[in-house]
Amino acid sequence: MATIRVEALSKKFGSEAALSNVSLTVESGEMVALIGASGSGKSTLIRHMAGLLAADPKSPSRVTVDDRVIQEGGRLVRNAKSMRRRVGVIFQQYNLVGRLSVMTNVLVGVLGRIPAWRGTLGLFNAQERHVALAALERVGIRHTAHRAASTLSGGQQQRAAIARALVQQADVILADEPIASLDPASARRIMETLRTINRDDGITIVVSLHQVEYARHYCARTIALAGGKVAYDGPSSALTNAFLTELYGDAAEELILPDAPVTDRAPAPAGAALANA
Amino acid sequence: MTETAQPRPDRAGPRPDPAQNYTLKRNWAQTLSNFGMWGALAVALAWSWYPAEMDRWTFLISDAKNMRVFATDFMSPDFGDWRYYVREMVVTVQIALWGTFLAVVVSVPLGILASSNMTPWWVNQPVRRLMDAFRAIHEIVFAVLFVVAVGLGPFAGVMALFVHTTGILAKLFSEAVEAIDPRPQEGIRATGANVVQEVVYGVIPQVLPLWLSFSLYRFESNVRSATVLGLIGAGGIGQVLFESIRGFYYPQASAIIIVVIVTVTITDLLSQQLRKMAI
Repeated sequence: MATIRVEALSKKFGSEAALSNVSLTVESGEMVALIGASGSGKSTLIRHMAGLLAADPKSPSRVTVDDRVIQEGGRLVRNAKSMRRRVGVIFQQYNLVGRLSVMTNVLVGVLGRIPAWRGTLGLFNAQERHVALAALERVGIRHTAHRAASTLSGGQQQRAAIARALVQQADVILADEPIASLDPASARRIMETLRTINRDDGITIVVSLHQVEYARHYCARTIALAGGKVAYDGPSSALTNAFLTELYGDAAEELILPDAPVTDRAPAPAGAALANA
Repeated sequence: MTETAQPRPDRAGPRPDPAQNYTLKRNWAQTLSNFGMWGALAVALAWSWYPAEMDRWTFLISDAKNMRVFATDFMSPDFGDWRYYVREMVVTVQIALWGTFLAVVVSVPLGILASSNMTPWWVNQPVRRLMDAFRAIHEIVFAVLFVVAVGLGPFAGVMALFVHTTGILAKLFSEAVEAIDPRPQEGIRATGANVVQEVVYGVIPQVLPLWLSFSLYRFESNVRSATVLGLIGAGGIGQVLFESIRGFYYPQASAIIIVVIVTVTITDLLSQQLRKMAI
């Protein structure tokens, strides 16, 4: 069963095309990396999959999650709210509410599936609080539950955001550059956490990344965007630096770390041969 | 001296060229426009001189004797009825309290509805125009209208402050909402929350300190305004003050003014402290 299906997605901002005719399928339980230079359309694609943006009006586009339509023909479905509940989103800037406690930020994850009046008044029951604390425990920051979110470090805030997505009980987590604002140690920790919930909970994960090293290390499959189009979709191991340079030209520089961390994956000779040919 | 301390020709800024003349040219357009502005102000002042009866300033000197009688009466305040004054002063503060409270309650939804980042133009524009109208009309005018509608007394004052303050607070609230960081709100939306929950969890926590500060500041101003409202019969200390002045009871009027000054000062100080705590 296909978890996320994107068909013929096009989006213009003014006269500039951010995405043109993007189609892709992410299977249930996959962890897929989405890479591309700045302005290649990664964030725009993720926001469309999350039901936060609608495609160009009257385009033949369609986005489904678990065969339920989120948007079609450039319009979000009427119950987009209940679809958003099924898709957890993690943002580059964490998007927590800084003045609220970490606990409240995580409890927000249940809003989509409890009666509206109870959520609006903040009347969370003991079981919901238990779920939120368990999620915080899982990402390793249970001790911060009572602190204001703004007092946490970037890495801790991002882990709180992951806990919020876990509490949401989403089938899919879309992470939009989750590690772009973090130091390497926090970045690895976030990627490890995402990999753990992907493996243990079977949550499908699409993670957009600026640096291809992380894609090679954590994701079996990579989708590369260039100029709003899918430029590559296949095994991450085939993405050699030479191939990226071919794909992005000078823009490839920002995708490749000068001193790339050692990966535990063997470089794929086939991809290398293809790129070098 | 290390090597890095040496002047580096490639990093140095442009050097003065002795052949060039470096005097700054006067910007004549700017100079003329400056003179024009001052000239316009002078013309406006001259034009308003007679309509504002500014030529009567000599009376300040020639009728100084009247002023002196006036001043001596005011210099000996009569606190004989102080219990009555304090009771009426408390009523004035109570009028301000209720007027401000009602305005805050109504300004929360109106402030959200008037924000361009929360609602489409066909909602926020009409709400803003309505708030403009509430603001444009002075409390005194509203008080006169409410005295006709609900009769003499404090309730007319409460309603007048309520309407006028709503016009001010809803605008200030919406300006705070328009300045929020949209990202936390998007984070809330992404969880499947509804629109009201987006506001409750994503917007209000961000603007609450500012809203509290604005509300306290308006309460401060409303205590001052409420003393004036009494003058046209809307209850409180103002009414007592007006009656004493009209009856030439200047020592009593002086005592009342002192009570007002002390009360306004205390409210200002208290509210300043609270506002510091809010932000």
